[in-house]
Amino acid sequence: MTVNGQSPTPALEVQGVSHRYGARLALDAVSLAVAPASFTLLLGLNGAGKSTLFSLITRLYATRVGRISIYGHDIGREPAAALGQLGVVFQSRALDVDISVEQNLVYHAALHGIGRRQALVRARAALARVDLEDRLHERVAKLSGGQMRRVEIARALLHEPRLLLLDEPTVGLDVKARASILKHVRGLLTQERIGVLWATHLIDEAAPGDDVVILHRGRVLANGPIDAIVAQNGEKDLAGVFAKLAQDPSSDEAGAAQ
Amino acid sequence: MSAPDAYVWRDLTLRQHFICLKGIIWREGLRFVHQRERFVSALVRPLVWLFIFAAGFRQVLGVSIIPPYETYVLYDVYITPGLMAMIQLFNGMQSSLTMVYDRETGGMRTLLVSPFPRWFLLSSKLLAGTCVSILQVYAYLAIAYFWDIEAPPIGYVAIVPALMLSGLMLGALGMLISSLIKQLENFSGVMNFVIFPMFFASSALYPLWRVKESSPLLYYVCELNPFTHATELIRFAFYGKVAGGSLLVVLACTVVFLAGAIIAYDPARGFLARRGARAPGA
Repeated sequence: MTVNGQSPTPALEVQGVSHRYGARLALDAVSLAVAPASFTLLLGLNGAGKSTLFSLITRLYATRVGRISIYGHDIGREPAAALGQLGVVFQSRALDVDISVEQNLVYHAALHGIGRRQALVRARAALARVDLEDRLHERVAKLSGGQMRRVEIARALLHEPRLLLLDEPTVGLDVKARASILKHVRGLLTQERIGVLWATHLIDEAAPGDDVVILHRGRVLANGPIDAIVAQNGEKDLAGVFAKLAQDPSSDEAGAAQ
Repeated sequence: MSAPDAYVWRDLTLRQHFICLKGIIWREGLRFVHQRERFVSALVRPLVWLFIFAAGFRQVLGVSIIPPYETYVLYDVYITPGLMAMIQLFNGMQSSLTMVYDRETGGMRTLLVSPFPRWFLLSSKLLAGTCVSILQVYAYLAIAYFWDIEAPPIGYVAIVPALMLSGLMLGALGMLISSLIKQLENFSGVMNFVIFPMFFASSALYPLWRVKESSPLLYYVCELNPFTHATELIRFAFYGKVAGGSLLVVLACTVVFLAGAIIAYDPARGFLARRGARAPGA
């Protein structure tokens, strides 16, 4: 997609994607891009369409309108090349609680064609990155909610993806665990140069320098670096912008949606 | 395409496919070992049939000499292959139902987001479930052995390919019907409308020539029932023989059900998406 190397291929590119559940339009011509080595916050209330977008990017549903590509590989036409570079932390737990962290990680490595020996090497490294190297042999059920999330992040990184999606990864965690997960994921940007798309409804998870996509009722209302969005809307901070944009005068549900 | 960041995707090798398949089977086995209740209930069901039902019917039903048996057999010997198939029927339906209705949970989604082709992942998952059902069958046979149900040693080896095939067929059938029929959302629905009719209208509990004497129509229904052929395939294999006709039927059904299940399950083309799956997070 690059003409002369000036703009690198985006880690994730979503172009004009719409999706319906029966009569309800869940996504309406959504376009966004995540650059390599960038942190993009996908901000929206519950029901904004974040999970639907994740379901399309991860191919749970087929993309019928629009196009999604990962590092230039269309997920419909070249699924293996696209999914091979994608790591995902789903909202619902993907770990088996009855078996150990190590057994979980070896299984997930196998899903990417990585054999046992190499899986163990990578599992140790991935756990070290999230400060859990001493929990390799622990049963998952014995971990706290925050630790499980960190293991999920380690799991999603085992095959060394270059794009990481996280769907509301801090839901149900206390303040300390939230901060630690954010810190670990932000650390990945600088160390591994991977692109991160972080879906959330919590505005305070944004940091200066992040890119933000505000999704509301299936439509992208704002998209770009935080400073630019704040300036464009004449507000003093992101919270102000979000409150202004997510207020939908044509309906009474906007306030109640929280 | 030759951007500085460009990344060359290498196709997954045959060895990697094997690693993936092995990983899926290994994990299914681990789960099975760690869920003792599941193991016990899978074992109790056929034993109830063997110890209570078969013991009661022993005097009522005499089974005459029909292949593969070379002598008169007791009723509990007769129904053992049917009970092996029943173990697989329950196991296949249960795990397939989980695969379909837990599609939106993390476990299934991490499987589907793997770069291997969908058909390969789903077939591997069915194969893994089949391996677990074979372990259950052997546990049952070990107990039955002390109940004087013995087969020639070769039978204990020969049933492996038969069970592999019948387990795959039943698992694929389960996945196909739970993907197609929305009403079969819970296990009791599947039990009433799939498991019981298939089990009773088959050669599992009574030889078909006896059924023919009482109702020719029912006889034809039983003959058309793939479960009958799974049972017969296992029955003959247990005595080191090959039921040729049943083998062909089970093979053909496995191919058809598996292809149908993969198409029906695949969200890209499948019926699940078309009939309007639940909106996630809404």
